[in-house]
Amino acid sequence: MKVLVCVKRVPAPGAKINITADGQAVDTAYLAFTTSPHEECAVEAAVQLVEQHGGESTVLTLGPAEADEQLRYAASIGVNKAVLLPIDVADWDPQRTAAAITGAIRDLEAAQGAFDLILFGNESADSGNFQVGVRVSHALERPMVNGIKGIELQGDTVRAKRESEAGVEVYSVPTPCVLGVKEGINLPRYPTLKGRLASKKVDVAQVTPQGESGGQHMVMLLQAAEQVSQTVMLGTGPEAAPAVVDLLEELGLLK
Amino acid sequence: MSVLVVIEHDRGALSAASLEALAAARSIDTDVHALTLGAAADGLAAELGAHGAAVVHQVHHDVLSDFGPEAWGECVAQAVRALSPSAVLACGTERGNEVMAQAAARLDLPFVANCNEITAGDVWSIVRVRWGGSLLEQCSLDAPTKLVTVTHHQFEAAEAPAAGAAQSLSLDIAASLARTVVSERVERAAGVTLATAPLVVGGGRGVGSAEAFAPLEELAGLLGGVVGCSRAVTNNGWRNHTDQVGQTGTRIAPDLYMACGISGAIQHWVGAMASKKILAINTDTEANMVTKADYAVIGDLHKVIPAITAEIQRRKGASA
Ligand SMILES: Cc1cc2nc3c(=O)[nH]c(=O)nc-3n(C[C@H](O)[C@H](O)[C@H](O)COP(=O)(O)OP(=O)(O)OC[C@H]3O[C@@H](n4cnc5c(N)ncnc54)[C@H](O)[C@@H]3O)c2cc1C
Ligand SMILES: Nc1ncnc2c1ncn2[C@@H]1O[C@H](COP(=O)(O)O)[C@@H](O)[C@H]1O
Repeated sequence: MKVLVCVKRVPAPGAKINITADGQAVDTAYLAFTTSPHEECAVEAAVQLVEQHGGESTVLTLGPAEADEQLRYAASIGVNKAVLLPIDVADWDPQRTAAAITGAIRDLEAAQGAFDLILFGNESADSGNFQVGVRVSHALERPMVNGIKGIELQGDTVRAKRESEAGVEVYSVPTPCVLGVKEGINLPRYPTLKGRLASKKVDVAQVTPQGESGGQHMVMLLQAAEQVSQTVMLGTGPEAAPAVVDLLEELGLLK
Repeated sequence: MSVLVVIEHDRGALSAASLEALAAARSIDTDVHALTLGAAADGLAAELGAHGAAVVHQVHHDVLSDFGPEAWGECVAQAVRALSPSAVLACGTERGNEVMAQAAARLDLPFVANCNEITAGDVWSIVRVRWGGSLLEQCSLDAPTKLVTVTHHQFEAAEAPAAGAAQSLSLDIAASLARTVVSERVERAAGVTLATAPLVVGGGRGVGSAEAFAPLEELAGLLGGVVGCSRAVTNNGWRNHTDQVGQTGTRIAPDLYMACGISGAIQHWVGAMASKKILAINTDTEANMVTKADYAVIGDLHKVIPAITAEIQRRKGASA
């Protein structure tokens, strides 16, 4: 089977997310970058599906040239091919991103055959627009379900599982189809040394992205209001236990 | 007609989140209508009226027997074409965001997810959530029909009696959209979950191994709480992802969150910040979790937790 995974390069901030002085971007001066967690799991799912059923996996991103790092990371854990849609700003709006990814998929499929399964993350970690995958699936006229935490291929159907408040829902979706994956579907493997070396040699295809701007325009980023609390020190080491239990009593948690 | 609110329900059981969307809609326009999908939701009209819906448009169709993102999205798109609202709102739950994205794709319109503040006008000015709530974005929305979801828990549901007049809306939905309707469901066993527990004992990298969670389990069990964890823990394979608190895990809101050996990275914090009180147990006085918590104990969790458990048992024994 042929599987495509779409991933996004995002900064990996620690205790706080700082914003640049002009308010236009996250200050990444001291930050490492990563792939959104949901998408990391989508990559692992693609690799596992190809291990089980044969075929080939491809990873695609629209982002700055440096997103090459995230593509090669995917290759280092077993993805076969990589495609970069380079842009010279941090981000495109979701409609434009979806249009560019749709166009690239059409070109890839015209050249090398259709993907049986296209995987997205449930939402991107940074912008969280909850829509790029849905828009791509609709443009390609393929069924799509988001929030997936289990994928099982049964002939021409994918049994996709999703958790809701009520329980676990199962969708039986005919291939070719599109799924949005959530972290927890699997535990992504770490790259081996051999994988890392092999990923350096993977040929990253470049496709010029094309898409019209949509109707959502970012004006600026803002800090969320911070909860400030004076931390009450209950003590040091095991000797603090009585103070902790007093607190539990006070909060009505000791029954 | 002005603002249409997409009502989320599970086989006829109303999602309280939709009442938040109705409240948000009333802050934008005085003329609020609701859309319910599937015959199972017909009984909701009175309650929606009580929360401000002047008209409840009810759609009946075979493919609406259960939730299906494509069928629901197609209904919303067709309702927009039939009713020409100036805006469509839903609550930014998992289903809400998915259905609105489906509708937006079909209408080729922009869709802004998880809005905290909306200033309506010709072009809307919006403050929305990024990074799961760690950061906000001010944006503008320029479209003939505005499609947005409001952040869950951001607007408060409130009664505001309106007619709630039920009206049948007939739409032409392709039977093929049944391809993404729920085909089976396994109901969840009853009991406290991470999201609803009154007490969560959270463990991070500082716990050190899967086995070392036993004392956290014991303490949580003693207090009728559950164990949660950080992503460092799930990434190490020490615990299942269902226990993960944070941006890509579960959002918790217990009376007390005991965060043990967790540094308090922003992505963990956003999942924990709705806790009424937070107690950090950490060897590092400078850890973000310690400086942001309401209470802290500085020390080795492997010694502090058993001491707390022993003290609880001592007091219980004394009162028995
Ligand atoms: C897009 C994105 C999404 C993410 N989503 C999530 C998420 O949903 N949830 C989440 O948790 N993380 C998430 N993360 C990861 C997050 O950034 C942190 O890496 C993670 O939360 C760190 O886990 P930790 O606090 O357990 O580990 P560390 O940061 O390594 O902290 C360990 C802490 O334990 C303390 N400690 C060590 N030994 C002891 C001891 N014996 N006794 C007491 N204290 C001790 C240390 O002082 C330290 O403070 C996400 C990251 C990204 C980029
Ligand atoms: N720039 C991008 N490049 C590749 N995939 C993307 C990009 N932006 C979003 N996606 C994919 O679309 C999903 C949903 O993104 P969003 O609509 O931003 O929440 C993500 O989890 C990714 O799988």
